[in-house]
Amino acid sequence: MSDLITDTSPSPSGVSDENGSKKSRAGALLRFGRTGAPVLPFLAYVSLGLLLPTIAIINLAFRSNAGKLTLANMKVILCTSNNQACLQYRAGFENSLKLALVTSIVPGILGTFVAYAIATSKHELFKRLTAACSGVLAQFGGVNLAFMFIAAFSAVGGVATHWLADIGLNPWNHGFNLYKFWGVAFVYMYFQLPLMILIITPAFAGLKESWREAAEGLGASTWRYWRHVGLPVLAPAVLGSMLLLFGSGFSAYATAEALTAGTIAITPIQIGAILNGNVLSGEANLGYALGFAMIVILLISVIGYALLRRRTSRWLR
Amino acid sequence: MASLELGQAIQGEALMDSYSRGNPSARRIKRVRWGRGTALFLAALYFIVPFYAAMQFCLQDVNGHFTLQTFTQIAQAPGFYSALWLSTQLAVATMAIVLILMVPTMIYVHLRMPRFRRVMEVITILPIVIPPIVLIVGVDGVTPLWLKSSQWLLALIYVVLAMPYVYRSLDAGLGAIDLKTLVEAARSLGSGWVSIIWRVLIPNLRSALLSASVLTLALVFGEFTIASLDGWTTIPVWIYLTPTTNPRINTLVAMMALLGTALVLMLIVSFDRKSHLRRS
Repeated sequence: MSDLITDTSPSPSGVSDENGSKKSRAGALLRFGRTGAPVLPFLAYVSLGLLLPTIAIINLAFRSNAGKLTLANMKVILCTSNNQACLQYRAGFENSLKLALVTSIVPGILGTFVAYAIATSKHELFKRLTAACSGVLAQFGGVNLAFMFIAAFSAVGGVATHWLADIGLNPWNHGFNLYKFWGVAFVYMYFQLPLMILIITPAFAGLKESWREAAEGLGASTWRYWRHVGLPVLAPAVLGSMLLLFGSGFSAYATAEALTAGTIAITPIQIGAILNGNVLSGEANLGYALGFAMIVILLISVIGYALLRRRTSRWLR
Repeated sequence: MASLELGQAIQGEALMDSYSRGNPSARRIKRVRWGRGTALFLAALYFIVPFYAAMQFCLQDVNGHFTLQTFTQIAQAPGFYSALWLSTQLAVATMAIVLILMVPTMIYVHLRMPRFRRVMEVITILPIVIPPIVLIVGVDGVTPLWLKSSQWLLALIYVVLAMPYVYRSLDAGLGAIDLKTLVEAARSLGSGWVSIIWRVLIPNLRSALLSASVLTLALVFGEFTIASLDGWTTIPVWIYLTPTTNPRINTLVAMMALLGTALVLMLIVSFDRKSHLRRS
């Protein structure tokens, strides 16, 4: 089991483990039995608190409310039949994926530029300050952030809305709605952008100045340097970071719930509604099915992140 | 190492400057600076404006004049103190459980089972794959009723959510001290394990333990998803659900929570750096 986990593991140090050869694996289990006892409480806690709930989700996602094995829940959330009741869950997934894509690609690109601007700065204090700020802002989110944005940008009484209206740019008159898709995306940026800056900055530190000098010495223009050296080296790191942002945007619940009072149709909100009992009585196990589908999507993005991470470590450390 | 690279970078740029004086590429450098300035300015604007606007919203009365009245209204708001008390209890319980569980385990793993670190690293990535909204669905499906009706279930779940932060802080802290030497020295002087952990290692891991605790504290005080779906009125749930006579009260509590988070996180960063400087 633990071997299974280790094999698919994204090695966060970025270095693949050369010692993991086959001969040591045979004795590994035996050695674990002898020396592993002190980590058992930790493993037991993780099994009960993380593994057991996950197994329950996978199990119950494929059972009817009466406890029989069934694919009915999956059919409903994938909406293979065209009845009206299930369309909302498919729409939920579409909105969630769209939201996660928008809030990973846009802050991903902007964050890369801002991180580059910070990384090439010569002021050490400024670098340290922005790093600390990114660390703090990436932790913002949830109810508090939603209330901050409501106070600033609500249609009536929003202070920043008022400022913008004073210069004739009231965003609500130009199609902006804080409580709809783009409003939610706008708020998500507040923690996604710092998160991107935080995780992409080390990549710029690994971009050697000597590569640029070498390229220019061979007569490359700035464009050619970025096209053939800078971007190819950075691309895996940028894409991997974006996948991490995708996961964070896809699974956020509190911010969207508090901002829209649960009116935006995204999967986490729909799961919350099912848990709160705001559904038809026959749909209780749909919550597990939706949870299972979220796990699958997040697992794919994390594995993608791990693979890109491994590729990144080829050039950048 | 880092400063060496920086030194090279500065030298490189100075060299470039001297080459390119009066060249077309000097214009390029200038353009890069302008681009950098604009990008940073816009980013700063995006982060400062909503914060400043919300603070102004909280600290003005109906006529738009500055007032601190909202602060006194928080104290009288219904349910605020019980929410604060619940969040405090949960934070203390979560910190106690997660530290008692993780500190001895991680010390042992660093000493005797270095290969197990990878397993722990993977486990600490799992909360990304199984976010709170999904975790609570599964917990709901397996928790016996007597535990489900207890507020301490929240603390038990928060321990899982806090593990990634605690793991990372402790891993960095343990990596920075000479664990083996400390333990061997203490043992050769006749210490038992309890006294090694309590009197030798914990004082050496002070900053790592501090940041682990503070991150856990921030997590518990900000967690909304699980608390609200489990029906407990912690501070974030109170902010969201309690209608007060004045919406500024709820927003001000939210802003104080954000400021508090920012403050303690800044504290960690500066504390980490100070202890790092002292060592080197």
